[in-house]
Amino acid sequence: MAGHDTARDVYRQALPVILVSLVAGLFAGTILGSETMRAGISEVPGLLLLLPAFLATRGGVYGSLGARLSTGLHQGLIEPRFRLDRRLRNAILASFINGMSVSVFIAVVTYLWLTLLGTDGNLLQLIGIMAVAGFLSATLMISVLIAVIFVGYRRGLDPDNVIGPVVTTLGDVFGILFLLVGIYVVGAVL
Amino acid sequence: MADEWSIGRIVRTMIPLLAALSVLQLVSGTVLETYEAVLVSNPALLVLVPVQIGTAGNLASITCSRLTTQLYLGTYELDPGNPELRANMGAVFALAGTVFGVVGVAAWAIGVALGGTLGLGRVLLVSLLISGMLLAVLVVVTSVAAVEASYRIGLNPDDTTIPVVTNVCDIAGVLILFAVVSFVV
Repeated sequence: MAGHDTARDVYRQALPVILVSLVAGLFAGTILGSETMRAGISEVPGLLLLLPAFLATRGGVYGSLGARLSTGLHQGLIEPRFRLDRRLRNAILASFINGMSVSVFIAVVTYLWLTLLGTDGNLLQLIGIMAVAGFLSATLMISVLIAVIFVGYRRGLDPDNVIGPVVTTLGDVFGILFLLVGIYVVGAVL
Repeated sequence: MADEWSIGRIVRTMIPLLAALSVLQLVSGTVLETYEAVLVSNPALLVLVPVQIGTAGNLASITCSRLTTQLYLGTYELDPGNPELRANMGAVFALAGTVFGVVGVAAWAIGVALGGTLGLGRVLLVSLLISGMLLAVLVVVTSVAAVEASYRIGLNPDDTTIPVVTNVCDIAGVLILFAVVSFVV
């Protein structure tokens, strides 16, 4: 399957998902430009600073989960079935651990960077927002990713061509939405 | 052979990398903060930010994911005549061309709806011609370099290439966009 694709095959398989992800990206951009988000940006020092790192982590953690599952499927190491064998469970747990640790790490580094720049940041607030947003993203990304890869694979779609767009699409839209949720939750608690 | 599917191994391979790359992403963050005023007065550009980052990431992960699978299947080699490599490259350029054409028009439409000041010609020039094509070149070059490097160092390319390449392309995407913006606006 993957071994004999021409540029045209790759283009044709990837284009629909890429266009969907494009629409989602524009949607994410519109959320980013909304009044509520801009209010959040001015209320929470460091939010604009951590935004690219937070969004990129979604891609790194869940994109590599997708690539790992895809290679596993191609090699015949895992089965496209919703049953938790050891490999599938490990891959899922590892990406959850990675996603959460890096989210909290980003909050700490952003705080340090703010301090270095001479801006007042709130460490607890940043960690809270990232923990909420990180947890919600992990839950959503892992479930949707596995569903899309397995169902797609069983229908003859090469997961390699769809993982990236699915991850960035959901990562961007829900990443920005979950950041808003995080700001709201932390604002209510603190 | 080490167990490629143990939690400890996946976490240990990825955490240092993800941590280092998040620190690198603060570069993009700092750029965004610097251009806050320009972004607010030109909504079309603000809308473009996630799209620019997202498309770079999409193209990068398609390329990396394909290259690593081809590496495992034994059909990949670093040679301009390799049919797999040529197919990947051709597809990336065609996809970039298509996407950034649509992006330019869409960003213009949304920008007009939100009350922006940039004209269609300029937004198209900004997004399509310059950033889009530069990104496509960057995606291909960094993907191939990352797969080669990861393979030679002996790290699993599935764990390492996508984070590295998508992050490099994100940062470069934002830098390219704003370099072009400060030139055009």
